[in-house]
Amino acid sequence: MASTEEIRSGLADIVNEVAGIPADDVQLDKSFTDDLDVDSLSMVEVVVAAEEKFGVKIPDDEVKNLKTVGDAVAYIENAQGS
Amino acid sequence: MSSTTVVVTGLGATSPLGGDVTSTWAAMLAGRSGVRALTEEWAADLPARIAATVAVEPTEVLDRVKARRMDRSGQFALIAALEAWSDAGLADEAPDLDRVGVAIASGIGGIQTLLANYDLLLEKGPRRVSPLTIPMLMPNSPAANVSLALGARAGVHTPVSACASGNEAIAHGVDMIRLGRADVVVVGGTEAAVLRFPMAAFGQMMALSRRNDEPEQASRPWDVDRDGFVLGEGGAVLVLESAEHARGRGARIYAEVAGAGVTADAHDIAQPEPEGRGAARAMQLALTESDLSARDIAHINAHATSTPQGDIAECIAIGKALGGETDHVVVTSTKSMTGHLLGGAGALESMATILALHHRTVPPTINLDNPDPEVDLDIAIKQRDLPPGDIAALNNSFGFGGHNVAIAFRSA
Repeated sequence: MASTEEIRSGLADIVNEVAGIPADDVQLDKSFTDDLDVDSLSMVEVVVAAEEKFGVKIPDDEVKNLKTVGDAVAYIENAQGS
Repeated sequence: MSSTTVVVTGLGATSPLGGDVTSTWAAMLAGRSGVRALTEEWAADLPARIAATVAVEPTEVLDRVKARRMDRSGQFALIAALEAWSDAGLADEAPDLDRVGVAIASGIGGIQTLLANYDLLLEKGPRRVSPLTIPMLMPNSPAANVSLALGARAGVHTPVSACASGNEAIAHGVDMIRLGRADVVVVGGTEAAVLRFPMAAFGQMMALSRRNDEPEQASRPWDVDRDGFVLGEGGAVLVLESAEHARGRGARIYAEVAGAGVTADAHDIAQPEPEGRGAARAMQLALTESDLSARDIAHINAHATSTPQGDIAECIAIGKALGGETDHVVVTSTKSMTGHLLGGAGALESMATILALHHRTVPPTINLDNPDPEVDLDIAIKQRDLPPGDIAALNNSFGFGGHNVAIAFRSA
């Protein structure tokens, strides 16, 4: 299982790849759409890449609740734990 | 048709001969071939293993994040459009963007994206199909991306008529300006289909040259030993503008787009009509719309793809269209160097036609070692000069489906 920081850092790499945002800017309090230039289609890319990277399932219904990087990190941590 | 004069004020291209207009044009005048052997593993079992791939990879030019959201065909179109926009001087003084339209053609659409994501679907399942697939593969994607990049908010269009598409986009842009729907229209064509699947499919049509051991000699329009076209890739874009709008801002004018002729053969889905009647009528209509006569035409950039039937049918058509008055016409096929860009061909060859008028010089047709005895035209086997004074030129593009589009340009 990955630590909170490992998950944040892994997500940061994905956001960098998808949206070109510097990985260091991808912090827990940042909103994907408002701060990180991740539009709805790119968010699907982020989610699918995160599923593969962390070995979890993120249902489509959940994606709308993942507003910030912190939301996503918490969801992945929980999903890994279950 | 109203009397609105339409002029060309900007040019852009990324082609097998160069990453921009200057390098592409210089290579054309020098008679350089852009065709290479496909040494990639995916090509190993194909009947035709040669193609004219772009000289500069688009990912070397475009921002990485922008590039990954576009099909390769869209990348070519955007690179060419940004160059044309700057070349027209519009990057520094944006016009009323509600009056700027786009017409960027594609013959096949985002086939690289389609195939790559279909492979992902088969190998890894539906969850791995990119959410960007549809906006990348739709044929209007290059036009839409150009609209997005420039902020162009008049009509945005994508004519699709196989290898005539690029010229049809130019004709459409002229119409938009003449109908008063736009002051400026960014027109052109793009194609990115040098891939295993389309090359296998064109190969099965017996359409491609199999001169695999001599790639640079494979595209040889009108030569007795021609055996098919060489697939090319790339994009080219022109900025069209009403003359009034162009003069109002003191723009440099390369040439006038005098008119267009658009016809169909209604003969066969893939073969040209052997007597070239539809093609001849397209050229005649272009002359009529342009108020030009056969004597005014100093140059023709032919469609001439290096296929046994098509090249001759076009010769017959040119003779018919000009009423036999062809002695004063310098004809060339730049496809001998660029290969056949399908939906990009009309735009790239219109660029060459415009520059030929602008610089009064015609690029050569390379590899024409032994002209087919049925050819009775003055083909430029070396670079040839055009006369001074008011002259005009035609660019022909014909497509599977029987589409014929001729564009007439007048020297500025």
